[in-house]
Amino acid sequence: MTKTVTDVVCPFCGTLCDDLEVVVSDDGKKLFEVYNACAIGAEKFLHSQAADRLTRPRMRQDDGSWKEISYDEAIEYTARMLADAKKPLMYGWSSTNCEAQAVGSEIGEMVGAVMDNTATVCHGTSLIAVQDIGIPSCTLGEVKNRADRILFWGCNPAHAHPRHMSRYSIFPRGFFTGKGHTGRKMIVVDPRPTDTARIADVHLQIEQGRDYELLDAFRVAFKGEKLPDVVAGIPKEKIYEAADMLKSGRFAIIFFGMGVTQSLGKNHNIDAAIAVTRDLNEYTKAAIMPMRGHYNVTGSGQVWGWLFGFPYAVDLSRGFARYNPGETTSNDLLRRGEVDAVFVLGSDPGAHFPFSSVKEIYNLPSVAVEPHETPTTEVCKVHVPVAFVGVEVGGCAYRMDNVPIETRKVVEPPEGMLTDEEFLDRVLARVKEIKGV
Amino acid sequence: MAIRVNLITGRTIQQGVSMEAGKEKPAYTAACGIIELDPADFKKLGAFRNTTVRVTSQYGSVVVKAVEATQGPHPGVAYIPMGPWANRVINPNTYSTGMPTFKGTPVTVEVAKNEPVLDSLELVRKGCRGELA
Ligand code: SF4
Repeated sequence: MTKTVTDVVCPFCGTLCDDLEVVVSDDGKKLFEVYNACAIGAEKFLHSQAADRLTRPRMRQDDGSWKEISYDEAIEYTARMLADAKKPLMYGWSSTNCEAQAVGSEIGEMVGAVMDNTATVCHGTSLIAVQDIGIPSCTLGEVKNRADRILFWGCNPAHAHPRHMSRYSIFPRGFFTGKGHTGRKMIVVDPRPTDTARIADVHLQIEQGRDYELLDAFRVAFKGEKLPDVVAGIPKEKIYEAADMLKSGRFAIIFFGMGVTQSLGKNHNIDAAIAVTRDLNEYTKAAIMPMRGHYNVTGSGQVWGWLFGFPYAVDLSRGFARYNPGETTSNDLLRRGEVDAVFVLGSDPGAHFPFSSVKEIYNLPSVAVEPHETPTTEVCKVHVPVAFVGVEVGGCAYRMDNVPIETRKVVEPPEGMLTDEEFLDRVLARVKEIKGV
Repeated sequence: MAIRVNLITGRTIQQGVSMEAGKEKPAYTAACGIIELDPADFKKLGAFRNTTVRVTSQYGSVVVKAVEATQGPHPGVAYIPMGPWANRVINPNTYSTGMPTFKGTPVTVEVAKNEPVLDSLELVRKGCRGELA
């Protein structure tokens, strides 16, 4: 027999959908079906059941092959590596729960690590901009119930946050948005006519990398001032049209993604986007929100915010928290060879960092705590498989709008497998012993 | 013939699904070991769809399969889904922001018929050992 678990939270993207239904066996050991999730979310649940899943830690041998080791040996290696290093990098922290992030932070403090999360290659530049000029934001509930002007800038939710538009931003009927998508106007700014752009009322096919100019042009257009004939590849008429569309709404929301944070201009692009939002508030209510990627990257920013005062790139190596993006960020540290050990949990820098950084990880003592086999586990010296957070263990996660949601355990992990938090607890205990505290 | 295009990267739903199904599996290579080119750029390159190509930037080089843009037209712009293939060629400079420049790297694309597209694990392993061009 089977049973159905309802109100399950999807641990993949920052949309953090909380309406999934999962069919599991009566004893809670097997997972059969996933309903309501998008293709990516469903795959994440189903992959936990893979027959070829690794269940024990392993260590790379000199000849390049793997040798299975016990959790105790993996804990010993990790604790030694971190305690012996002068300046270890502890990176990732986005595909895990806040409980594990808190334990990891305690280890980081004890060994003088640099703590960095995936914002460093995602919305780190947004965080810099927020510190520069603040951010008028809101929750996704407000978007659903109030927003009638939706602007997606440099993001493609049809692919990256597949249920965002149906749950919150475009299609749902809310309290003041009873007509659903017919009552909303949608604008997309993207150098490609993406699948998101195809369903928009207006698509501005911007020249790649010219976001700052177009954002500034919007500020000019709001005021009704003169624009050059073409800005960033867009004829001025279209800019005026889009600007008027935004101004005429009752509640405008700007969602932005990697198109602005990773293109040249970086944090200054976001400065400009926030300034556009501020200006728009002269005419109507407007808010802006980053489309956060990993389901709990927002949570790691929160945890470090209250522990250290900074949301990412926190350098604890001097015994107090320092933060200086460009200096204390993972890729800068790796490229300059400034760290002497790498610990990765809840992320895959092997796949998502520039190759020059990956090579540096390969050359250092390194541990990857990760349920899957990934390019990161391929370059690390020790690989520790753990239970899937949000599938095999619950815990707190923060949605992209900073709303905390408790994820649920729906199925048992394979026999004897540790969770992130349990593994980190034991590493912390061992580090304390080594340091004699 | 080699062509010059502006390379961007990002997520696709196939990238997301195949990554969750296992980055060591062929589906991940099929989803991310590709470059999406505009029909106009295919013409300039003088190549058929699904030809293997070598993509080279100032920062590195990688062999991927050239496919027609799925979210086009975007002449002059090429797209490799985020992942280890893209990351061999993107501009790693952060210009003191912490953020590598994942979007907007000038690259050349040339036909490389007989070169294999490596899977993700092999690609990083061989790359780290210095066994790749
Ligand atoms: S949209 Fe995101 S959170 Fe929702 S089911 Fe898909 S991957 Fe999961």
